[in-house]
Amino acid sequence: MRVLLIEDEPNIIEAINFILSREGYDVATHANGHDAIDAVRDRAPDVIILDVMLPGRSGYEILEDLRGDAALADIPVLMLTARGQSRDREMAEKLGVSKFMTKPFANSDVLDAVRALTAHV
Amino acid sequence: MKDRSVGSRIRERRMALKIRQAELASQVGISASYLNLIEHDKRRIGGKLVVDIAGALGVEATLLSEGAEAALISALREAANVVTNVAPELERIEEFAARFPGWANVIRAQHQTGLKLERTVETLSDRLAHDPELAAAMHEVLSMVTAVHATAGILHENRELEPEWRARFHRNLSEDSQRLADSSQLLVNFLDGAQDAETRMASPRDELHSFLENAGYFFPQLEKGDDIEAIVTGSELLHSKGAHYLAREVLADYAINAKSMPLEAFEAAHVDTNGDVAALAEIFSVSLAAVMRRLAFLPKPILNQDYGLVKCDMAGTMIYRKELKGFSLPRYSSACPRWPLFRALQRPGQPLVQIVEFAAREMEQFECFAVSEPQGRPQFGQDTTFTATMLITPNAERKPPEAQVGAACRICSVETCLSRREPSILVDGI
Repeated sequence: MRVLLIEDEPNIIEAINFILSREGYDVATHANGHDAIDAVRDRAPDVIILDVMLPGRSGYEILEDLRGDAALADIPVLMLTARGQSRDREMAEKLGVSKFMTKPFANSDVLDAVRALTAHV
Repeated sequence: MKDRSVGSRIRERRMALKIRQAELASQVGISASYLNLIEHDKRRIGGKLVVDIAGALGVEATLLSEGAEAALISALREAANVVTNVAPELERIEEFAARFPGWANVIRAQHQTGLKLERTVETLSDRLAHDPELAAAMHEVLSMVTAVHATAGILHENRELEPEWRARFHRNLSEDSQRLADSSQLLVNFLDGAQDAETRMASPRDELHSFLENAGYFFPQLEKGDDIEAIVTGSELLHSKGAHYLAREVLADYAINAKSMPLEAFEAAHVDTNGDVAALAEIFSVSLAAVMRRLAFLPKPILNQDYGLVKCDMAGTMIYRKELKGFSLPRYSSACPRWPLFRALQRPGQPLVQIVEFAAREMEQFECFAVSEPQGRPQFGQDTTFTATMLITPNAERKPPEAQVGAACRICSVETCLSRREPSILVDGI
């Protein structure tokens, strides 16, 4: 099961990478917004974990592109944001997010979310 | 409030006392129809008749002929409009202002304090939602908390972790907790600054205006060619970097004008030309806008004439202003689009002069000189932007007004105006 983690904070990458790898997920990471879509195409992940605040492009823009691309539109996306305002959540939902999670999160929550999103794959 | 005329004041007072027109007319020995004409300002009234009507209405004659100060009344009206759960006697507002000027001013002052506080609250909530500095500090803290939380969780939940992983996560934890300590300190400093409410809440432009007002817009040091930097950094009223920047800009312009129009020569030329803006520009070989700013920044005792000034950019934003008594320059809301200031932007470089009077205050007239000038040196292939400067001075000899303007829509009584942006809070025609 392939996970693509798009996040720019190295120690968060390391922690999530560790937690998911332990559980047998094949985790790849990508640290900027510019070419995140290319990374998704290259990697063809089963689930994407996407941070909102990325250098280059925001997670919202990336999500919008993903949902607009027939080949990528069905990949489940777990979105991470440091701002839990309902406005952000609404925006992510409008753009077609699969699950939305606010930082800081518990490790088990991330794991549970990824499991749920990949259950039907 | 169609106007503040004698007729309307008589009508207002008579209706407040519930006296019929015919009744009042017979008391003062005129016909009811004549009184009706007076009340609608179709007939001039003066002298003895005013005294008689005032007597019949039980008020001072001066209250009828002059009314209470218009600005005070519009402030009271505005204050009344804000409060919804009580019904002040709006029809007796003039009487109130005239009979209890002290109390009326208390209401005005409290209303203004209320507005100021409202503004502070707005700025505060705006800050939380839109201040990029605050948002960035907050984001940094949350990111670090997330990393620390996730790493600590791993260390806690995986007791049998391989030594190299354990060492790595310990190192991450140490790094992140340090960053967290730094970023939370930053955040605290940032929020702490808010205690100094006056300085944190005031925008740089507000700071600039307190600074200019405190100096009376006059800087004798610069007349002698002193250092601008010393004035800016030495001022207790300029706190933010933004305010320093704005003050430097204004003072640099002041210094240039002080040099090209030396005080004594300018004072003499002002007398010789009788304050003719164009003639002064000619004498000192400077732009009209420079003369306007020089005039406005010199105190009344020097020029023996009151000047106000307002400068705006093409977005209509007020860059700075110097208040002139009677000519309301709104501080927070937007100005009246009918000011010659804005027309000057439509005709770049063309000087305009116009006699204006405010819709709500008869008798007071102002002569306005406006001109726009390019911002910086115009370049080929680049759109030039302009600022407009308007000099305002009381017009001594009353002339037929060339334009009726307002201060801001909310407190303007002109009934039909194509430029109206929002409804007026002034009650019509009482």
